[in-house]
Amino acid sequence: MNRFKRQWAGYGLTAPSYLWLTVTVFLPLLVMFYFSFLSQMPLGKAEPSLTLKQYGLFFQKDFYRFLTWRSIRLGIDVTFFCVLFGYPAALILARSVKGRWREAVLLLIVLPFWSNALIRIFAWTIVLRGNGVVDQAIHVAWPGAPSIGILYSYPAIVIGLVHSFLPYMILTCYISLQAIDGSLIEAGRSLGASHFRIFRRIILPLSLPGLLIGVVLIFIPVTGSFMEPRILGGRDGIMLGTVIEDQFTEVFNWPLGAALSFILLAIVLLICALAYPLLKSRLRLA
Amino acid sequence: MKNWKQWSRRAAMLAIGAAMMGTAGLHGTAAADEVHVLNWKGWGTDEPWAVEAFEKATGIKVVHDYITSFPETFTKLRTNPGYYDVVVLNAAFIKQAADEGLIQPLDTAQLKNFNDLYPDMRDSPQMNFDGKVWGAAWMWGGTSVSYNTEVFKTPPTSLAVLWDPAYKGRVCWRDDPEDSVRFAAMASGQNPDAPADMNKIRDKLRALKPQIKAFWKSGDEWLKLVAAKECDLSTVWTNNTEAAAVQDKLPISFIVAKEGAIAFRDGMTMGKDAPNPKGALAFIDYMISKDFYAGWVKVGGAPVAANQKAVEELPESSMTRTILATPEAIGRLNFKGPLTDEQRQSYLDLWQETKAYFAE
Repeated sequence: MNRFKRQWAGYGLTAPSYLWLTVTVFLPLLVMFYFSFLSQMPLGKAEPSLTLKQYGLFFQKDFYRFLTWRSIRLGIDVTFFCVLFGYPAALILARSVKGRWREAVLLLIVLPFWSNALIRIFAWTIVLRGNGVVDQAIHVAWPGAPSIGILYSYPAIVIGLVHSFLPYMILTCYISLQAIDGSLIEAGRSLGASHFRIFRRIILPLSLPGLLIGVVLIFIPVTGSFMEPRILGGRDGIMLGTVIEDQFTEVFNWPLGAALSFILLAIVLLICALAYPLLKSRLRLA
Repeated sequence: MKNWKQWSRRAAMLAIGAAMMGTAGLHGTAAADEVHVLNWKGWGTDEPWAVEAFEKATGIKVVHDYITSFPETFTKLRTNPGYYDVVVLNAAFIKQAADEGLIQPLDTAQLKNFNDLYPDMRDSPQMNFDGKVWGAAWMWGGTSVSYNTEVFKTPPTSLAVLWDPAYKGRVCWRDDPEDSVRFAAMASGQNPDAPADMNKIRDKLRALKPQIKAFWKSGDEWLKLVAAKECDLSTVWTNNTEAAAVQDKLPISFIVAKEGAIAFRDGMTMGKDAPNPKGALAFIDYMISKDFYAGWVKVGGAPVAANQKAVEELPESSMTRTILATPEAIGRLNFKGPLTDEQRQSYLDLWQETKAYFAE
């Protein structure tokens, strides 16, 4: 009886958040999913019919596939650099930084979240521009130095996005890393394991869930990003995300925009699904 | 079947309505002493001094809602019927809006400044049809080629300069499918309103690959590019070029190339079932007055008024009077005609494909 009650209390307490998720995430997505099968928007005098035309267009036009690959490569590159910088930072934060300092550093990591994403990206245009802040600083030290302006290029997009998404990686890894029981590491050390072995056999496997969550949290939105590539990428700024944005804003073709979005979502989920068992088996192995 | 269609339409309305909730949807019904204006942000009607002057003179409060593209105007009019009083519309779209029953004719007897408009703009068939006046000609302007006056001691004369290898990586291009196709059409000797050979246009646009430094979408983005000396040439609105030269003191001017330039014309229209038609006419009358234009020119960023008396009061030296509004330059302007949805989509597809090629 008591257990039964507790169960219901659990349902009752979580119901509002599920309801909220249903209304804010699931319903709009469902409407968009429905739109993606329409021949055109049902407005004015238009008489839409149900069709797979929008999905077919993706396979008819080569550049959609090219841009899908570009978007996925962007996701891979940005996620790679986030792991490269974020994981060691989280490791040091969780293992070596103590007390007050740890709180201060965590605050500094979260700080970028408090500013508007657009502002951050525009700030990068000032930094990365030829004759920009970095260039001028270098020229003060070395007057004859060549310009390193990399704004309006693929690396500029990667830099901007890594900066935007790095905090996710640090925070998710940090949470896993700081939960690792210190006595496990002591035990390993007392049994003669090297630093590297401790890392490989204890720390990495135990922090893998945080790392994976970070990867998913970064990879999925980056593949769909459009604002950062457009502002930082110049001639290299076109991604599937910007193409989708244009369908909504330039030509009012919501059905095609929705179809392209769901194709990208499907591909990204497929990649995650394929990668999951692989990582899971490694996890068990370790 | 019929029910299904009705249902799907209602679902679409609901979804779009929900998407627009942040803007008009939340304003609720209008008070009698308000006019609801739909326009681009920073495009004249929301100049703070002008809103203040109008509110002071009439006691009518001006409430703005903004668009970021023309299709959005139509979306907002369709999803919020009876909300907007004054709608700024490109002349090429006025007929479509009237046909769809989104706007209503104007009683021009109530507009004191109507007779000061350039006759050919005032009586343009784009605003006058079915024996009624559907829009008051308001502003016009061009999209042309601007150049850095320090790089070009003598101004270029032809659009070919955009493809000149001497300016490789020095061109800033407006990221707009329609403008891109129109420029390529003019540069390849075709009618920009109905280009006959789209393959030629595709090749012409692809040939821009080495030339382009960056794309811009908002006037502000363009100004930052020019101020940072990222480009020697750009495709840009003439009024933005003039503002950059006059206010920001940048070394820049524009040309109306021998192949032509793109021009647009904006009209002021009244929303169907406007809640405050009297206020709407009062606002339109103020907007087409030379007083308003003089004020807009003073603060900068103004295009060219359709009010002849207003243009005649511009300083003799202004770029508008010396470069754009000269009789021979006006003759080379290609005033945008209407595009069908299919054309718009095919232009966007072509432009996206071209940009994908640029990124290869």
